[in-house]
Amino acid sequence: MLRFFKRPLVVTADINLNLVALTGLGLLTRLWQLCYPRAVVFDEVYYGQYISFYMKRMFFLDDSGPPFGHMLLALGGYLGGFDGNFLWNRIGAEYSSNVPVWSLRLLPALAGALSVPMSYQIVLELHFSHCTAMGAALLMLIENSLITQSRLMLLESLLIFFNLLAVLSYLKFFNSQKHSPFSPHWWLWLMLTGVSCSCAIGIKYMGIFTYLLVLSIAAVHAWNLIGDQTLSNICVFGHVIARAVALLVIPAFLYLLFFYVHLMLLYRSGPHDQIMSSAFQASLEGGLARITQGQPLEVAFGSQVTLRNVFGKPLPCWLHSHKNTYPMIYENGRGSSHQQQVTCYPFKDINNWWIIKDPGRHQLVVNNPPRPVRHGDIIQLVHGMTTRLLNTHDVAAPLSPHSQEVSCYIDYNISMPAQNLWKLDIVNRESSQDTWKTILSEVRFVHVNTSAVLKLSGAHLPDWGFRQLEVVGEKSRGPHESMAWNVEEHRYGTSQEQKERELELHSPTQVDISKNLSFMARFSEVQWKMLTLKNEDSEHKYSSTPLEWVTLDTNIAYWLHPRTSAQIHLLGNIVIWVSASLATVAYTLLFFWYLLRRRRSICDLPEDAWSHWVLAGALGTGGWALNYLPFFLMERTLFLYHYLPALTFQILLLPIVLQHVSDHLCRSQLQRNVFSALVVAWYSSACHVSNMLRPLTYGDTSLSPGELQALRWKDSWDILIRKY
Amino acid sequence: MLYASGRFLAARAATTLHAPPRARGPALRGKRRELQIPGHLETPSYDSLTGLRTRSSAPPARRVVLRKGRMPPAIGSSHAGSELRLRRGRCAPQASRAGGRDKVPQVAARSLKRPAWSSWRFETAGWWATLAVVTLLSFATRFHRLDQPAHICWDETHFGKMGSYYINRTFFFDVHPPLGKMLIGLAGYLTGYDGTFLFQKPGDSYEHHNYMGMRGFCAFLGSWLIPFAYLTVLDLSKSFPAALLTAALLTFDTGCLTLSQYILLDPILMFFIMAAMLSMVKYNSCANRPFSAPWWFWLSLTGINLAGALGVKFVGLFIILQVGLNTISDLWYLFGDLSLSLVTVGKHLTARILCLIVLPLVLYMTIFAVHVMILNKSGPGDGFFSSAFQARLSGNSLHNASVPEHLAYGSVITVKNLRMAIGYLHSHRHLYPEGIGALQQQVTTYLHKDYNNLWIIKKHNSNTDPLDPSFPVEFVRHGDIIRLEHKETTRNLHSHYHEAPLTRKHLQVTGYGINGTGDSNDFWRIEVVNRKFGNRIKVLRSRIRFIHLVTGCVLGSSGKILPKWGWEQLEVTCTPYLKETANSIWNIEEHINPKLPNISLDVLQPSFSEILLESHMVMIWGNNGLKPKDNEFTSKPWHWPINYQGLHFSGANDTDFRVYLLGNPVVWWLNLVSIALYLLSGSTIAIALQRGVQLPAELEGLTRVLLRGGGQLLLGWMLHYFPFFLMGRILYFHHYFPAMLFSTMLTGVLWDTLLRLCAWGLASSPLGSRIHVMGILSLLLATAYSFYLFHPLAYGMIGPLAQEPESPMAGLRWLESWDF
Repeated sequence: MLRFFKRPLVVTADINLNLVALTGLGLLTRLWQLCYPRAVVFDEVYYGQYISFYMKRMFFLDDSGPPFGHMLLALGGYLGGFDGNFLWNRIGAEYSSNVPVWSLRLLPALAGALSVPMSYQIVLELHFSHCTAMGAALLMLIENSLITQSRLMLLESLLIFFNLLAVLSYLKFFNSQKHSPFSPHWWLWLMLTGVSCSCAIGIKYMGIFTYLLVLSIAAVHAWNLIGDQTLSNICVFGHVIARAVALLVIPAFLYLLFFYVHLMLLYRSGPHDQIMSSAFQASLEGGLARITQGQPLEVAFGSQVTLRNVFGKPLPCWLHSHKNTYPMIYENGRGSSHQQQVTCYPFKDINNWWIIKDPGRHQLVVNNPPRPVRHGDIIQLVHGMTTRLLNTHDVAAPLSPHSQEVSCYIDYNISMPAQNLWKLDIVNRESSQDTWKTILSEVRFVHVNTSAVLKLSGAHLPDWGFRQLEVVGEKSRGPHESMAWNVEEHRYGTSQEQKERELELHSPTQVDISKNLSFMARFSEVQWKMLTLKNEDSEHKYSSTPLEWVTLDTNIAYWLHPRTSAQIHLLGNIVIWVSASLATVAYTLLFFWYLLRRRRSICDLPEDAWSHWVLAGALGTGGWALNYLPFFLMERTLFLYHYLPALTFQILLLPIVLQHVSDHLCRSQLQRNVFSALVVAWYSSACHVSNMLRPLTYGDTSLSPGELQALRWKDSWDILIRKY
Repeated sequence: MLYASGRFLAARAATTLHAPPRARGPALRGKRRELQIPGHLETPSYDSLTGLRTRSSAPPARRVVLRKGRMPPAIGSSHAGSELRLRRGRCAPQASRAGGRDKVPQVAARSLKRPAWSSWRFETAGWWATLAVVTLLSFATRFHRLDQPAHICWDETHFGKMGSYYINRTFFFDVHPPLGKMLIGLAGYLTGYDGTFLFQKPGDSYEHHNYMGMRGFCAFLGSWLIPFAYLTVLDLSKSFPAALLTAALLTFDTGCLTLSQYILLDPILMFFIMAAMLSMVKYNSCANRPFSAPWWFWLSLTGINLAGALGVKFVGLFIILQVGLNTISDLWYLFGDLSLSLVTVGKHLTARILCLIVLPLVLYMTIFAVHVMILNKSGPGDGFFSSAFQARLSGNSLHNASVPEHLAYGSVITVKNLRMAIGYLHSHRHLYPEGIGALQQQVTTYLHKDYNNLWIIKKHNSNTDPLDPSFPVEFVRHGDIIRLEHKETTRNLHSHYHEAPLTRKHLQVTGYGINGTGDSNDFWRIEVVNRKFGNRIKVLRSRIRFIHLVTGCVLGSSGKILPKWGWEQLEVTCTPYLKETANSIWNIEEHINPKLPNISLDVLQPSFSEILLESHMVMIWGNNGLKPKDNEFTSKPWHWPINYQGLHFSGANDTDFRVYLLGNPVVWWLNLVSIALYLLSGSTIAIALQRGVQLPAELEGLTRVLLRGGGQLLLGWMLHYFPFFLMGRILYFHHYFPAMLFSTMLTGVLWDTLLRLCAWGLASSPLGSRIHVMGILSLLLATAYSFYLFHPLAYGMIGPLAQEPESPMAGLRWLESWDF
């Protein structure tokens, strides 16, 4: 026991003061007055809603990205004790006292602050000097757009953080490859690469670009490893498998995990329920679950059901009919059958109820025991309120003349016989003997006489059809989700008489059974909806095109003080933006120059300087290009902040190019000194610009109109000037 | 990618094999296990094509023999030889290219052992005979029953009509470049079609009109695909069986057959794509004799075909990309060859720039020049183009136009959006439907000329008739506040705080008021872009904006198509965002004012480069506009390689004459399997080579064929297939066919090589010698038999649908989704 005291307690600390200083400065710039402004700033209005949903555990669907970023923001709210009670409806609205602004904004700010020392580390790991690394970090530190973006409840700074972490850990891993493969250190960095890649993807789909960058660099390195004949086959195999697990399996697994946590957290029904399938809605507490709880599972002859279209586009809706008939002659002169309209109606309504009837029998009640309907059975569908039968025939549909009209049959005695037999086709059956299940089964109704399939055409009927959606019979043009229907509400009918039955239809369903969806089914549905949900492409006052980003021809006004002219803008440090772009161009030109000369066996750079130069460029220009160029192909509304991840890669490259110029292109010491002086002058001008734009970055000082006008360096910048 | 790495590998392998003496020559050949594969390298032509002449180990006498092959005695042969010696002399690691070329299939050398004259002649004859048979069969299948059905099938309605437009010289608009339609028109013209048939809708009978010329022309081009594919594969793999297999797969594919038999752009497009591929491959194999006549010939032919492919459809860009990649890697190897002086490399570079960039560009522009020269009459496409463009067309109101130059109050005008393909400001006697803004008259933009495009420009505050002769003429000036009255309905152009029908953030624009009396929401400030206040407004030349006085928004068109209630015209909105885009800038096109003198305006004639630019903008715009709707079944790119669903070319019911575009499932599924097998075998070999595995010399040649030749074909397939996944426009099954050609060629190369590998592996057993022949034969027979089964799809059938037992296609509906 006492022996413990005999030895001195020694702690050797190896502290890089550069790092400490950078971290301190980063924290200072990002955390300073974090609670200001105490009002909703720009996209906080959007992310704030989701934070509230997390706090209230209500389900929502955001098609902009996976849930990890939202969850991180919500974590801040959770730690700050936010109850979710705030109406996020307007930019500029004052936060009420229950909103813990500081803790909500803390995580993005921390991520932004830590990006500064991380860029220092990255440049070091690329084997460039400490001075260069400091340069990169200092540029990150004073870049106004990064500061603005990390001080608010927004996701970009988190995304950038994980992007940089992925790159850094891959570099650490790669540098330990030579000396200590398969050491704990090696494993740690390798795993961390995969983890941070998937975190980046989990925050925004944009993270995929950095993931691709890391993957392709890793692939090239692995390919060289395969060619290394000093290693045994087993060893190479181990290397490849380790990389595959860390960079492919772990990200996929984590991605699923984010959704798992997301769906675990959000177990209550919420505002976006309607978009989801009935089965999904039934798995949420409240909402549809309240209605469907205790419904009988198997649909039987005599069941009363509502039928929801599975595709649900343009609107989720239920098969519907009402007393009104199709107009005799349409506007364009075509005729109709003048029978009762069948439509798809986006609201719950008594007229959405249908009864499943056995064509061979007359009764509309369920036998005891119930006789379940199976795949392939021939059925008739009786409209509950009018007791007419669902029918289709060789008459052109009102708006889709290539398809058949669907009606509820009225016998006018004009040699137009009823064709009301439908064959049940369960789309997601497991065997041909499957029974038709409430909510779970997706079924198609195939018309027996014409083999047309009941389908939602997507068109809105004109006024005579009350602007409900058109339902048609279409001859098979390949399966499509708009042809599939599922039973949502369901009960076993017991009333023999029509009057009783109408009363019965009005009363809510009650019986007992419930079935939950598996996680994978829920995940794939959420994922699919996220990818296919079409946002109306909205124009925004501050939207911009990718071409405007490189030269910083655009800005975004984030917030304006309600009384003074203090305002926050997303506006970059133009010196840094322009010189970073120039550095990228310079790198590219130099790279191709060296490459061509090497091809002719003229080596300007020593071998390892060349390989460092190539790797730095692959990260810098590759990261920039991958994070930037794909936006030219995107058809959605784009904003300046989409450029920030690309910008960080450019900033990393900038000091590297400068060091290269000084090391390899300056011939004499004199030139080198002059060049250093120029760099210092350039950096101080960047600091100066940064300082001038500071009021717009923090929004803490109110400038006079004249001063604001003076800051408007480009005509395209939209700086708000109050007219008094 | 695979292609590039394949080349790299091959080069690597060649250098590693370079040093040991066993690669040197006949000394070691005796030791090798002989590959007894009939049909493989028995063709000397193959040797002459691959540049065996550069083998310094080949005795001179043999060279002479070789020179009598197909290639003319090249001027540069001695030159090339000397160059080669130089290469060998110096840089070992840099010699990759030379080594690679030099060592072209080891196995090949064997045929050199028997330079017997008679067999040589015999084989040349055989070579030509096979080619002739392949070509004949291709023509026979394509021209068989070409005249049936004698009615319009599918897109013939478009392309036939466009051919007629060329014959009638009326201007029209299409989303594709003009070459294909021009050729169709030419074919029709030469074969006596007079351009009078209307081509209204599919199913219309041709009656007495001569349509066979146009179909025949397309079938003629479509028939060349097979000999081209045959020659390409022969050149890439040096193997008759591979080439034969490819030719058979393509000949017996019902899809290719159907697509070649009608008046469509696809046979023309595929013809140029395949011709470009063939000439590229040919020119690659002349690489050892640069600047010789055949080298120049194939290089410039590549360029010409590229221009042709791009001139038919923009899909031609993919083959351009492929040739571009090939050229870059080619130049890269030349550049790395230190035995070549920089001047020589520069010559290489210049030659390629000339033949592959300048020549195609010139040709492409010539096509457009011819296009605009031929179409000099006003026609249905006018409205898509700017006012200046239309002034060229005779019959158009702007042709030799003489109009009053400055806009005055009381003028009747049409207002055209400056953005391409948006059209004229339009209104008509229909209201916006209920629930969509205010229940007022619709205002849209419309692409065609119509009385409803006419507006009267009036002072905002007086409703007196400015045309009354007692009033003096008053010109409209920049910054004036005006009212635009719709001439037909006498309603004013109006906007108010209601959201626009489609673009929710914009304001609705309507027609409002009676007989020109409305309210203050009808007032607009007219502004000329980049002008000072007080200037007059010029017809046609002033670019103007209309700013709504009350709300401050700008009149614009969003370019979105309104639903049925709006007659699928384009939405007009008032946008609160004041950014200057072409959507919100207009010009005055027609101008009628009896009080003003007409002045002839011919300043407008656009230059050719402007015409070119504008046509392309309109085409791109048109292509982007072809968007699929929800709830509609659309063909997805992943459907295509699995032959998931075909296209009805003609008829759908059991009484119709039905033609159904569907690939021969045997061929297509074989292609699918082959791609998977190729990826598997290719990556296995690549990894083995990267691990430094020493392959036996016989395998060396086979793997090179697989990696290099196969890699090129795989690249072609990927380039012609994957970009479709990124496209937002509506897609059809037939878009896959160029990719399918590449995939079929890959199948030919792959199976031949795999069977040879099997034969080599089983060489000791009696099966080994026959497995190759048997394999190829059985594949050939299977394809032929499947064609026999499925040929009614292409040649047409009448009778019950396939689900009925008495149908001609009974039992052949292997997938639920095929509906024939």
